[in-house]
Formats: sequence, C-alpha cells, structure tokens
Amino acid sequence: MSEMVQTAVAESVPPGPLQEFWGYFRENRGALIGFSFIVAVLLAALFANQLTPHSPYEQYRDYILTPPAWQDGGLWRFPLGTDEVGRDILTRLIHGGRMSLFIGMMVVSLSLLLGTMIGLIAGYAKGMTDTLIMRAMDIIMALPSLLLALAIVTILGPGLINAAIAIAITYLPHYVRITRASVITESSKDYVTASRVSGAGVWRLMFITILPNCMAPLIVQASLGFSNAILDAAALGFIGLGAQPPSPEWGSMLSGALEFIQRAWWVVTFPGLMILLTVLAFNLMGDGLRDALDPKMKR
Amino acid sequence: MLNFFLKRIGVVIPTFIGVTLLTFSLIRLIPGDPVELMAGERGIDPARHAQLLAEMGLDKPLLVQYWNYLVGIFHGDMGTSLVTREPVVKEFFTLFPATLELGLCAIIIAVLIGLPAGIIAAVRRGKVTDYTVMGMSLTGYSMPIFWWGLLLILLFSVRLGWTPVSGRISEMFWVDEVTGSMLVDAFLSDEKGALLSTLHHLILPAIVLATIPLAVIARMTRSAMLEVLREDYVLVARAKGLAMPLVICVHALRNALIPVITVIGLQVGVLMAGAILTETIFSWPGIGKWLLDSIRRRDYPSVQGGILLVSCLVILVNLTVDLFYGVVNPRIRHNR
Repeated sequence: MSEMVQTAVAESVPPGPLQEFWGYFRENRGALIGFSFIVAVLLAALFANQLTPHSPYEQYRDYILTPPAWQDGGLWRFPLGTDEVGRDILTRLIHGGRMSLFIGMMVVSLSLLLGTMIGLIAGYAKGMTDTLIMRAMDIIMALPSLLLALAIVTILGPGLINAAIAIAITYLPHYVRITRASVITESSKDYVTASRVSGAGVWRLMFITILPNCMAPLIVQASLGFSNAILDAAALGFIGLGAQPPSPEWGSMLSGALEFIQRAWWVVTFPGLMILLTVLAFNLMGDGLRDALDPKMKR
Repeated sequence: MLNFFLKRIGVVIPTFIGVTLLTFSLIRLIPGDPVELMAGERGIDPARHAQLLAEMGLDKPLLVQYWNYLVGIFHGDMGTSLVTREPVVKEFFTLFPATLELGLCAIIIAVLIGLPAGIIAAVRRGKVTDYTVMGMSLTGYSMPIFWWGLLLILLFSVRLGWTPVSGRISEMFWVDEVTGSMLVDAFLSDEKGALLSTLHHLILPAIVLATIPLAVIARMTRSAMLEVLREDYVLVARAKGLAMPLVICVHALRNALIPVITVIGLQVGVLMAGAILTETIFSWPGIGKWLLDSIRRRDYPSVQGGILLVSCLVILVNLTVDLFYGVVNPRIRHNR
C-alpha cells in the first residue's frame, strides 16, 4: 500500500529535460557503447603523456618494424609493434587520438558557430539576404566535400589547421540549413510574437528567444559532424595534404603504409582501426542523440 | 511540368556560376602568380614575365579576366596543363572513361547488395537479421575507405595472391582502345583471358568504392520500406490473400524505390570523392588520381579545370535526379 502511494507520488513529478533525455539515451545500447568509447579515447588523449612510456617521435633504430608483442619476434616494450623508423605504434595511436579529437572539435565548433550565425541571419532577415546566403550554400553543397576541401587546402597549403578550416567550410551548409529551417518555423509561433510585442530587440529575439528552441537538431548534426570531420581529416592526412609527418595523426600514419604492406601488417592495420572505431562511436552516439532528442520518436 | 523543369534548371545556373567563380579565384588566391609557378624555381626575367602575363591575359582587370574565363569555358577551353602542355579538357576526357567504368561497377555492386539487404532488414525488423544488416551498414558508413582498400590488398593480394595490386589490366595483354572502357575493349579483343584479367583488376577497387554508397542505399531502402509497409494498400494486398514476397516486390518496393533512386543518384558526389582515394591506392589511371597528382605537381590549370568539370558533372547528375523525382512523384512537382 505504502509502496503504491510512493510510486504515485514519484510519477507526479515530471522528469527534468536532462533526466528525460538521459532516460531515452540510456535505453540505446549502441549509443552508450559509442559514448563510452569516446570517453575512453578522450581520457587517453588527455593523459597521453602519462600513459605512454615512449615519445611518439622517438625512433628506436634497433627495433625497426618490430611485430606486435604476441607475434614471433614481438616485444612487450612495444605492444602493437613499431613502424618503419622504429617508433612505438601504440604511443603514436594514443597521441593521434589527441589530433583527431582536436580536429573534430575545431571543425564542429567552427562550422557550428558560423553556420548557426549565418542560418539565424538568413532565417530572420528573409528576402534578398536569405536568397544570397542559401545560393552560396547550394554551391558548397554541390561539390563533394573532399573535393572542396582539396581545393581549399590547395589555396591555404597543407597542414592540420588548414585542413580543419577547409573541412569546416564544407560542412557549413548543413548547420545553416538546419538553423534557418527551425528559425523560420519558430518565428511564426506565438511565444516569439509575444516576445516581440513586449519590446524585445532583434538580437534578443534571435539569440535568446529563438535559438535555444532550435538546438536539438543542431546537437545531433554536431555529433555526426564529428565523425565526418575525423574521417575527412584522416583522408586528407592520408593523401599528404592534412597533418604533416612526423605528427602521429591516424590518417597520415597510413600514408606511407602501402610500402610496408608486404612485410608489416601491423603498420597498416592499427591506425585505420582506430579511425573506424572512433568514427563508428560518434555515429552510434549521434543516432542515439537523435532518437533521444527527436520529439517525433518519443512515444 | 515545363514550369517545374524551368524552375529547377533556373536554380542550377547560379550554382554553376558560383562554381566557376570558385575555380576562377582558386588560381588567383594561391600565393605567387601563374607565370612564376610555370617558371618554377629557375625564376624568370621581368620583361619575359610581363610578356607572358599579357599573353595569358593576366594583366587585364579581374572582371575582364573572369569574362574571358567564362567565354573560354563555353568554348571548351580550360587552359593547358603545366606539366604535359596538353589541353586540360583533353586530358580530362582521356582519363574519364576509367573513372566512369570504376564508378559504374561500384554503383552496380552497391545497388545489387544494398537494395536486397535493406529490404530484408525492413521485413525482418527488430530481428537478428535487421540488427546485422544495420550494424554492417553503419560500419560501412563509418569506414575510412583508403584503409579499407589497404586491408583488402593485404588480404587478397598479399596473403592470398588472388588479385593484382594496381592498374587496369595485366601487362601481358595489349587491348586496342575502342570505347575507353577496359571491360568492353577486353571483351571485344581477340586476346584470351584479357577480360578475366580486367575483371581481376577491377574487383577490389570497385568493392572499395562501393562501400559507402552500399551502406547508404541499404539504410535508405530499409527506412523507405518500413514507411511503405505501414500503408493501407499493403494491408489490403495482404488481406486479399497475396503471398508476402509478392506484396513486398510488387506493392511495397515500387513505392519505396522512389526515394531510394534519388539517394542512388546523389551518390555521384560520394563516388567522385571516393574515386580520389580509391584510384590513388590502386594506381587506377582515372580522374581522381590525376586530380591529386596535379595538386601535388602544382599543375594549377589542371586542378582548376578538373574541379570545375567534376563539379559540373555532379551538378548535372543531381539536376537529372531532381527532374526525375519530379516526373515520378507529382507531389513534388505541384508543391513548389
């Protein structure tokens, strides 16, 4: 009896938005796995110097192309083996996580910030401004992202930061379109009119009244944007236009690997596996976020 | 209908102009002017420098330069490669068949596997099959395809020795170029085994290039099928006593196919981006490899022309898909 009363009381308190979100997110096993993996990579990246006994640049010339520890000739000093100049692969992978997460963060924050601003302006200003902005976005969308990134990197020159800028530009239209669409739907709602009538200025309307209500799709896009950014940055690194050697970026670690494919499978296998798992984790988390944040999916 | 067509084509024109602006500025935003780039490290004396600038029309105002650039494009003139001294357009279309062949094979693989996989996943929704297909699709979607290519080479070429590592055909064969497609040319030639050798060379790059479109197509087919399977006419068909396979193939698939075909069309951009990586790994002599080589060799007219031509191709295919969508789906046509 007392139990029933307690549950009744508990049910009458509506869960906060964060609690509700966590409730839905927790149900999605894939999203949880993805989230845990990302946290693990993040922690490893943060404490890379403490975790690894070697430096990612130190070349152990006597141990060139040592196989992984469990294979014949492998050493536990180098658990995943060494590369063509004797650098410890595990160390480089852990340090590489830093670069991939950094580039992901840089790309997502750049395109999210810029894209949201431009989208807000387009959706709010309407008319000629809107048309011009949207046509410009169409042009960016018309080009394959890697091709556009290549063109931009050709102008800016190769390098990790330039690659991040290039990738951020290619993903700008997604954020602009999402923000613009939600701004247009939200602007016609009563609460915005009420705010305008009570004298709120343009900036207050745009950033404080409307923007918070457009956040859900932007968060989902940002999470998926992470995976795209990491993938494209790795591709640019692989073809030699992203992070430059000897930096331990996962993509550029693979760029010379084709030469060693006959002799050293471990040089080829592990960096790519890290890219795949990290991108997969972000995609799983993005799917989970979408399900948890999308009101249409809620029962 | 005509109205819809004109509207859609009207939207494409500013996009095209935008792309030409982009490629036009590309060569001018790069530090150093084209003449210095052409001269390379040797340097060039100022008089000759000015003369070359005038010859190339680079001493004129930017607006005039842009106009001349546009006129050139419409005459099929996109400059000359700094490396081979051949017209860029000619180079592009010499290499294009190789990329087209690879891309077509990739999209055929992607459709042949992705479509049935998506249908099965939708029909077996929530079962192990569904989770397997969706898991594999998500993995494919997250795949760094340059690494995937390396792995396949490691397994099939290095370990098993089944497939060659690079190129389009074994050096043992000499096939006359008739159509530009090595598959067709090898089929037409009298050389025994030429066709087999071509297929051997084609299979790995095609699988690598097909991976991401396959994943996208499987996902899209599944969600389109799920949507359609909920419709009343599927229920009616079932109630009439029709067998499930018949209902799926005839009633459901036909309607689910519309969005799927759009997605297939939109994969052209993905394929072109993928071709850059795939062709580089497998030394496939196509547009993607050429474009990347041109960037590395600082052959800017080729980069400029190549990006413009590839973009035009993508824009044209997307427009075609858009128009097709309007033709088969009246709701789209009348809404706008």
